[in-house]
Amino acid sequence: MSVQEVALAGRGHLTFSHPPVLTGWATVAGKKETEGPLGRKFDRIVRDEAMGERTYERAERQLLKGAVELLLSIEGHHATDVDLMFAGDLLDQLVTANFAARDIGIPLVGVYGACATSSEAILLAAMAVASGAARRAVAATASHHLSAERQYRYPIELGVQRLPTSQWTATGGAAFMVEDGTKEPSGKAPSRNDSKALRITCATVGRVQDYGLKDPNNMGAAMAPAAADTILRHLLGSGRRVEDYDLILTGDLGRIGHPLLEDLLAEERIHPKERLQDAGIRLYSEDQNVDAGGSGAACSALVMGAMVLPSMRKGELRRVLLVATGSLHSPRTYQQGESIPTIAHAVEVEAVE
Amino acid sequence: MDKAEYQKRARQVEPPRPVARNALFAFLVGGAICLIGQGVQTALLALGYSTETAKAPTAVFMVFLGAVFTATGLYDQLTKFAGMGASLPITGFANAVVAPAIEFKNEGAVMGTGARIFQVAGPVIAFGLLSAFVVGVVRFALQGVWP
Repeated sequence: MSVQEVALAGRGHLTFSHPPVLTGWATVAGKKETEGPLGRKFDRIVRDEAMGERTYERAERQLLKGAVELLLSIEGHHATDVDLMFAGDLLDQLVTANFAARDIGIPLVGVYGACATSSEAILLAAMAVASGAARRAVAATASHHLSAERQYRYPIELGVQRLPTSQWTATGGAAFMVEDGTKEPSGKAPSRNDSKALRITCATVGRVQDYGLKDPNNMGAAMAPAAADTILRHLLGSGRRVEDYDLILTGDLGRIGHPLLEDLLAEERIHPKERLQDAGIRLYSEDQNVDAGGSGAACSALVMGAMVLPSMRKGELRRVLLVATGSLHSPRTYQQGESIPTIAHAVEVEAVE
Repeated sequence: MDKAEYQKRARQVEPPRPVARNALFAFLVGGAICLIGQGVQTALLALGYSTETAKAPTAVFMVFLGAVFTATGLYDQLTKFAGMGASLPITGFANAVVAPAIEFKNEGAVMGTGARIFQVAGPVIAFGLLSAFVVGVVRFALQGVWP
C-alpha cells in the first residue's frame, strides 16, 4: 500500500481506502474501576494500588506494560512481531510509556494528548498501518489515580475537599492491536471467539480549542467544545449523519461536559440523543464518590476495551465513533493564570462480517 | 455559542456546592477537634499546669494527633467531608506538613522531604510572619518600643 491511499479529505479528516483492522485489545483495571458498572469485564484486575512497587509512578508503568504484554499473549504474538508502538500517558516526559517501552522492546512513538491519548494512539497506529509503514502496530495508554493526584493536584494524604465538578482519574491500562486488513491475521491464536472484524474506516485529528475556561477542577466543561468541533468536522469529512452511528463515545466529559456537548451540537441542529455516551460517566457509578465522573488517559481506553469493542465483536454495535477528549494544561500554566486548551480525536470503527 | 456565552452556560450546568451540608459537617468535626483540645487542656490544668503553661503542651499534643491521623491515612478522609472543620484547627496544619513529608519520601530526604515539606504550609508560615511584622510595626508606631 502507498501513502496516497490514506486520503486526506482536508482539515484533518482521514479516510482509509484499505481500512486497518482492530484485531485485539487488553485491559488492566484498578480496584475502584472493577467496582463500577463494567465490573468484571476487564481482562486483568489489580487490587493493590502500588502493585507491589516502591512508587505509584512505577505502578502506572506496570499498568501499561501489563496491558501490552497481555495483548501480545492473547493474540499469540511476540514483541518482535510488532513493528511500531504508539503509547502515551499523563506524566511529565511521558515516563510511563517511555520506561515501559524500555522493557517491552517494540519501537516506540511517544504520544501526548492528555486524556485524548487513547484515540490519538489508535489513530496514529491506523495511519501507520494504512500507509504501509507498519504491518502490525500497538496503541497503548495508562493512567494511575494516585500518580495523577501527585502531579496535577495535592499530596495524597493532604485533606482536600472534592468539588461537585471534580473528576476522578482512572487507574488502568489498555492496549490495542491494529493490523493490515488486506492480509489474513497471522496470530497463532485466533483472537477470542469473534464473528465480526473491526475496521478503522476513517478518523479525524482534533483541533485545539479554548473557550477561556480556567478551572482544572472542571475539565469536562473545558473539553466539550473540542469534542463538538471534532464530531462536527468528522460528520462533514465522512459525509455521514449522526444517525449513521450506533454509538458516539466521548472520552471523559463527565456529568458536566456531557450536557454542554449536547448543547453545542444542538446549536448545529445535531441531536445524537441516546447514541451520544461518555466514558467518564460509564466507567463509575454515581455512588462511587467520583463527583462529575471519571477521567484520565485510561478512562476512555478502559470503556472501549471492556465494553464497546466486545459489543461490536458480538454484532451488538455496528458503527461507533470514539472521541477521546483531553485537557492540555499543566499545573504550571494553571498557576500562571492561563486558560485550558483542549483537544479531541475521533476514530471511526465499523464491525463487518 | 461564543466564548462568553459558553462560559455562562458552563456555570449554569455546574451543580451547586452543598454549602449547608458542608457547613454542618465542618461545625461538627471542627467542634469535636476543639473539644478534644479543650479536654487535653483541662487535664493538664488538673495536673497543676496554669492556663498559660498548658497552652504549648496542648498544641503539641494536637499536632501529634494530626500527624498520627495523617500517617495512618485517616485525616484526608476526614477532611473530604468536614472541609475547613478539619483543615483550620492546628491538626489540619499538622496534616499540611506531614502529608508532603510522606509524599516526597520517594524523591529522597534532601530534595524530596526536606525541600517539599513546607509546600503546603509554607504560605501560611510566610504570610504569618509578614502579618506579624505589620502588626509589630503598627504597634511600634502607636506605642514606641516599650509599652
